[in-house]
Amino acid sequence: MICAAVAGVFCERCGSPQAEGDHGACGVVRVWEPPRYCAQCGRRLVVQVLPVGWTARCPQHGEVA
Amino acid sequence: MDDVLARAERVVDEGIGLTESDLRALLEVGDDDLPALLDIAHRVRLRWCGPGVEVEGIVSVKTGGCPEDCHFCSQSGRFDSPVRSAWLDVPALVAAAEQTAATGATEFCIVAAVRGPDEKLMRQVRAAVRAIRETVDINIACSLGILHPDQVAELAELGVHRYNHNLETARSYFPRVVTTHTWEERWETLQLVRSAGMEVCCGGILGMGESLDQRAEFAAQLAELAPDEVPLNFLNPRPGTPFATLPVMPVGEALRAAAMFRLALPRTILRFAGGRELTLGDDGIREALRGGGNGLIVGNYLTTLGRAPQADLALLEELGEPIRSAELSALSKAL
Ligand code: SF4
Ligand SMILES: [Zn+2]
Ligand SMILES: [Zn+2]
Repeated sequence: MICAAVAGVFCERCGSPQAEGDHGACGVVRVWEPPRYCAQCGRRLVVQVLPVGWTARCPQHGEVA
Repeated sequence: MDDVLARAERVVDEGIGLTESDLRALLEVGDDDLPALLDIAHRVRLRWCGPGVEVEGIVSVKTGGCPEDCHFCSQSGRFDSPVRSAWLDVPALVAAAEQTAATGATEFCIVAAVRGPDEKLMRQVRAAVRAIRETVDINIACSLGILHPDQVAELAELGVHRYNHNLETARSYFPRVVTTHTWEERWETLQLVRSAGMEVCCGGILGMGESLDQRAEFAAQLAELAPDEVPLNFLNPRPGTPFATLPVMPVGEALRAAAMFRLALPRTILRFAGGRELTLGDDGIREALRGGGNGLIVGNYLTTLGRAPQADLALLEELGEPIRSAELSALSKAL
């Protein structure tokens, strides 16, 4: 089971571990972007942007909210 | 500088776009003269397009994995971009059209990341266009890359009202942006689209490293094409692309450029599209809609997000700009 504590291990914008490097700039531009990487495992997500909203799916962890 | 503004002023009455050298001069209007330039561009728009802003939504039917190498694009399969391939089914395309129509938009554009459509994509588009036309009250546009004549004829026959195919930048700068196809190939598709009776939508992206000369050159080339709509995008540097480290265009430069495009193309729908959130911001978009622009993409883009549609609709209400109906667009074309 994935426990909530591991969520957010990876940066959803650049895919690097949150603990490595500075992700401040990622956070700023992320306002205008859907997530691109799974926060739990760092894999690239399959993302569909829609006129209103988006969907994203990790091959390992399924739908990302 | 006063001279070029005086010549720009004449466009209000005459409706004839400025020459390339005058367009170039407008890009260097000083900060003190910028409000005057924006005011002229606004009055040109009101005189030759009428009131109202055309609102459009877009969706990607096929995302990512494109074989082309447009250096700004996160959907090219040639770059190390985080965008993965995705494919939208017909019910989801209909739902996206419904979402768009619910904002009051009159135009819905189906976009694919391809060099040109193959039969699988044409099948999908065919089914989607038919389904949307049956259930949603909205004009349908498509943007599917370079077309063969039979594909152009089929899209027109299906009732696709407008076709988008951007020239992206000046002819002289295009080889620095794309190497897998030519500006001329794009131009040919645009000519086919027009001769089939569809409306032509053609614009590009500003801030890709082009010079001011090339920005004016691009506007003059678009004026020669005379599209029904010009979408103006501002580069939003995407991770992994060759243009990833280019700077975001400053707002003043973007406003000058937008006004310059209006002075080149008095009658076109000049639509603010991708990158406007970063480049113009909330205040800049207000100024841009008072500085020559009369179109917006509302909601999200293909791979990035836009402002909430409600924020743009509230802005239009605040500015006293009605959403431009399809009927009004057709009427003002006859001006
Ligand atoms: S053809 Fe379109 S989707 Fe493909 S790389 Fe160029 S801009 Fe991107
Ligand atoms: Zn990051
Ligand atoms: Zn995952």
